[in-house]
Amino acid sequence: MFRPIAETRPGPSLGFTFDGRAMTARAGDTVAAALLANGVAACRQTPVSGAARGPYCMMGVCFECLVVIDGIGNRQGCLVPLREGMRIETQAGRRQPDEVRS
Amino acid sequence: MNTIAEIGLLAEHYDIAVVGAGPAGLAAAARAAELGLSVLLADESPAPGGQIYRAITTTPVADRAVLGEDYWKGGALVARLERTEAAYAPGCTVWSVAPDEAGGFELGLSLNGKARLIAAAQIILATGAQERPFPIPGWTLPGVMTAGAAQIALKSSGLVPSGRTVIAGCGPLLYLLAGQLAAAGANIVAVLDTTPRRNWLAAIAAFPDFLRSPYLAKGLRLMTQARRKLPFRTGVTALAAEGADKVTAVKAQRGGASETIACETLLLHHGVIPGINLSNAAGCAQEFDPEQHCWTPEVDDWFASSIPGIAIAGDGAGIGGAESAALRGEMAALDAARRLGRFSEAERDRRAAPIRGALARSLRGRRFLDLLYRPAETFLAPPADETIVCRCEEITAGQIRDTASRLGVTGPNQMKAFLRCGMGPCQGRLCGPTVVELIAQAHGVSPAEVGYSRLRPPVKPITLAELAALPPTDAAVKAVVR
Repeated sequence: MFRPIAETRPGPSLGFTFDGRAMTARAGDTVAAALLANGVAACRQTPVSGAARGPYCMMGVCFECLVVIDGIGNRQGCLVPLREGMRIETQAGRRQPDEVRS
Repeated sequence: MNTIAEIGLLAEHYDIAVVGAGPAGLAAAARAAELGLSVLLADESPAPGGQIYRAITTTPVADRAVLGEDYWKGGALVARLERTEAAYAPGCTVWSVAPDEAGGFELGLSLNGKARLIAAAQIILATGAQERPFPIPGWTLPGVMTAGAAQIALKSSGLVPSGRTVIAGCGPLLYLLAGQLAAAGANIVAVLDTTPRRNWLAAIAAFPDFLRSPYLAKGLRLMTQARRKLPFRTGVTALAAEGADKVTAVKAQRGGASETIACETLLLHHGVIPGINLSNAAGCAQEFDPEQHCWTPEVDDWFASSIPGIAIAGDGAGIGGAESAALRGEMAALDAARRLGRFSEAERDRRAAPIRGALARSLRGRRFLDLLYRPAETFLAPPADETIVCRCEEITAGQIRDTASRLGVTGPNQMKAFLRCGMGPCQGRLCGPTVVELIAQAHGVSPAEVGYSRLRPPVKPITLAELAALPPTDAAVKAVVR
């Protein structure tokens, strides 16, 4: 999907998982940028039809990059800086009542 | 500059709260702090710069030529703020601005998953612009993004689309992005230019002014460079993104001929419009600007809104570009200082005189661009019924048209009740203008007559836990305890 250009400053990288798959990205990336750089096109399914969606605006406006980060849903991936060891998951459609834990 | 990493570190009260750390917000906060006022600059992004100077202090792009010299001008704005005593809160969302009992304002903020209410005597909203919605069939497919999104990925992460990339739409930013992506080595297989040919007729009257504009040399250079290097197709009249679970091709109509171009990434751009959600929800009066063809808050010569004490600086009060945004931020800060009693009107005017001159120069020629790159009707009110308009709630153009004409729905607030369009997490940012356009078309009236949605806080979703954790005020307790 996206790749780093040749003229970038080298920097440290961070490890994280997306749906259990181990990935790495540049320290300083947002979660959404890290997913794009790892070839992830879709990061959620809509609550209405279940259609696949991916990051659209990258600036906090469209809410298409919503993901689950470390167990917390509805996070805007484009606004959250990536951290070492983050557990990122696809936000799968509508929340089901039996998923809700007290 | 005092960077605030935890919400508990914010003061209870500031003289001025500035929302948004783009050029307008940076300049407003710096000027206000230089005048000795206590200033909070709250910004949603992890680093200052807004979108135009996105990641100016952190970008990994080492070769300055890739992003162009204009981009690097943002560094001076940040450096100026750094020399002041202003408090700067990155990653901080302002979800509410409301009048308080002391005659000032109460701001609702969230940072790191914790919410807080603080007070400010004066507010400067510098929330900037967003891209104009570009509803075409298939625009919700993964792989379809705004041109601005690709630019943000380039500036903040040094990323470019890796596969076949098509750029579609019109406007200066589109040509700038095309040039930047090409310079960064992206594989741009087509630039589909939708500039309506008859726009030249409307724009030509504004051309003499454009000849004296700072945009001219820059714009012509951008255009000729982009056109020389890139596969341009002009006169595009319809677009559709194709693919099953991600975009695989774009279909472009040019008059009678149609062409399908395989691609992995489709970048859309039809100019930018003011981001009005916060100013609208704060109750600032909004109007429809027929030349920029967008909703914009009503502001006076000092960028003061209809609510005394709230100013709106930068592109959030009408598109003027980065240079004008910074100047408008300065003006708003001077007026806020005057309101706070720092100096007289005469002193404010004296200080503002050179800024006002520079502002007029920076806006010269803007009208020509607005008129030339105004999107065609067919992209403002999508003719294909199956086109999704509200991306969040998946409401189509056909549904909205049908509900407007058959049920006689006259405005976007009423339309929400029937279809839920604008009620998803983006709160109408990506569908509001299109919904208004479709209703206007159905009833044969102007968007101004239809009006925009009355938005309400919180303008960004926050969790119930965050709200519940806010300390109860006496008034709040009295409201529920008998």
